[in-house]
Amino acid sequence: MSNLQWPELIIFTILFALVTVLGFMASRWQRGSTLDHLDEWGLGGRKFGSWITWFLLGGDLYTAYTFVAVPALVFSAGALGLYALPYTIVVYPIVLLPALRMWSVSRVRGYVTPADFVRGRFGSPILALLVAITGIVATMPYIALQLVGLEAVLRTMGINGSGIVGHLPLLVAFVILAFYTYQSGLRAPALIAFVKDILIYIVILVAIIYLPSKLGGWSHIFDTAVSKFDKTPAKTDGILLNANNQLQYATLALGSALALFLYPHSLTSVLASRGRSVIKRNMVALPAYSLVLGLLALLGYVAITAGIKPLTNAATGKADGNTIVPVLFDSQFSSWFAGIAFAAIGIGALVPAAIMSIAAANLWTRNIYKEYIRKNATPQEEAKQAKLASLVVKLGAVAVIILIDPQFSIDLQLIGGVLILQTLPAVALALYTRWFHRWGLIAGWVVGIGWGLIMLYGIPNPANGKQHFGGSALSLGNLSLFGWHPFSGSAVQIYVGFVALIGNLVVAAIGTVIARQMKVFNGTDDTEPEDYHTDEHDKNLRPIGVH
Amino acid sequence: MSTAKHDGKVRGLQFSPWNLLLIVPLLVLVTPLFNMDGPRLFGMPFFYWFQFLFVGIGVLSTWIVYMMTRDKPTVDAADKLSVDDLDEGDAR
Repeated sequence: MSNLQWPELIIFTILFALVTVLGFMASRWQRGSTLDHLDEWGLGGRKFGSWITWFLLGGDLYTAYTFVAVPALVFSAGALGLYALPYTIVVYPIVLLPALRMWSVSRVRGYVTPADFVRGRFGSPILALLVAITGIVATMPYIALQLVGLEAVLRTMGINGSGIVGHLPLLVAFVILAFYTYQSGLRAPALIAFVKDILIYIVILVAIIYLPSKLGGWSHIFDTAVSKFDKTPAKTDGILLNANNQLQYATLALGSALALFLYPHSLTSVLASRGRSVIKRNMVALPAYSLVLGLLALLGYVAITAGIKPLTNAATGKADGNTIVPVLFDSQFSSWFAGIAFAAIGIGALVPAAIMSIAAANLWTRNIYKEYIRKNATPQEEAKQAKLASLVVKLGAVAVIILIDPQFSIDLQLIGGVLILQTLPAVALALYTRWFHRWGLIAGWVVGIGWGLIMLYGIPNPANGKQHFGGSALSLGNLSLFGWHPFSGSAVQIYVGFVALIGNLVVAAIGTVIARQMKVFNGTDDTEPEDYHTDEHDKNLRPIGVH
Repeated sequence: MSTAKHDGKVRGLQFSPWNLLLIVPLLVLVTPLFNMDGPRLFGMPFFYWFQFLFVGIGVLSTWIVYMMTRDKPTVDAADKLSVDDLDEGDAR
């Protein structure tokens, strides 16, 4: 702890204090009649306009972890790391129409979570429970990873101790976050997101204009990257894709795009918006963040040219690749601007962590607590339960990061992406069709999750000597269907989640046909066809936040 | 979404041919199209600037679909309101 970077720390602390005040004030901002209702605490009153939604969704989807991990991947692997760009390009055209239907039906029926929708659409508490559990399991490590992003910044500022003392600043930051989220609900991250996103835009614009000119231009930067990758023994890196990882690149981008709005926290921000036009405008305007993310990814190459070495994590003794961008800022910027940049990343961890914990708390409350534990819970009791759950979720994430190797969270998040993708048939396709049978969907979910996990388990990572869960790229040659290898010998790689989703869909379809043949009851559909087109100004809309 | 509102309710699947434009940005998933170094732009290999270009193409496609499928033409005053008013700014 000897070499603390004081100017950076002071600016970081000031900005952090500012958002803390904002977080507590948020409970009075745009207040509804009560905060003791999930519509208000968990969805900010369902009335956010275009600008607020833009900042909220931007702050929600483009997380601190993304901001440190994507450039770190480009730094170490090259072109493959840029998958984040096509991923965030295709996501908005893909989800535009289904997101509108989800908003409308949720607005009419008072749904707060994706599992609420599944419950109403199929009348199946079991399918809803599976969707809720998948959501919670996929979200938890994602929250923990925000702490990894925050820690990368703290470590660069000299707070790189081991044991509980080294983690103390992280703990303090998260306890503060937990309290204002408890008090203000979704309004807190919505307000803080303004600060976070404006800081991020400033930092990235400056970085992307200033750094290349300082380091000899893009041409030189890419050439240095080429010579670095040429020297490494690994054949998978380089500034272009090779014959074997192109399919992985495309399926990872597509699979991540399909998964993004299945994550409960993304839907929370969508459902918090006021109407369909807000969502449409946002799907047009959100790629501004994709541009930022793409530019940020290139900072991985800038770091190569600048000769950046990742810091060593004092707690684990291993190099922390996620410190690449913070160290780059630290070495290239004046200390006050580095302080602003670190605050941008640090606050960038708080916004998604808050929304994710609210989303997980909503799932717990609506689809487990109210469904199975206390069936006649009042809206006040629901809100109380969700507030407590959000505390538990955040403290759990801190405990995981402090007590277990952060690598564990990174592995879990990788798995989480594959898992959440398996809710696509029940959540997204069900917005369009009731063709699938609920038991077919359950069977598909079981197979998709099971097969996905088996495939992930079998993937080693020679780079760090791990035997299992070494990545999400499956060599087609290893693809096994009950022992049959259809692509035997092929080294072409594909994203595991994508393969598991195909298995999921096939089983769901077969299960549907069988269940229909056997005339198994397929539940009652609470929703009406016109529910999917309702908009904010329609007559007789369900009032918001009424007990 | 077409404007088929009879009793103020829209039922069934509303399809507009404009929606097909949403497929265009998916071209960025076809890696052989752009997995090459040259021609470079501002020193940036084709692989990179092509994908940055597609951010714009994605925005354009989504924007056209948004403009062409609006239920009713609304006059959008620019959002020049204070933060607190933004919520209600275009609802009034």
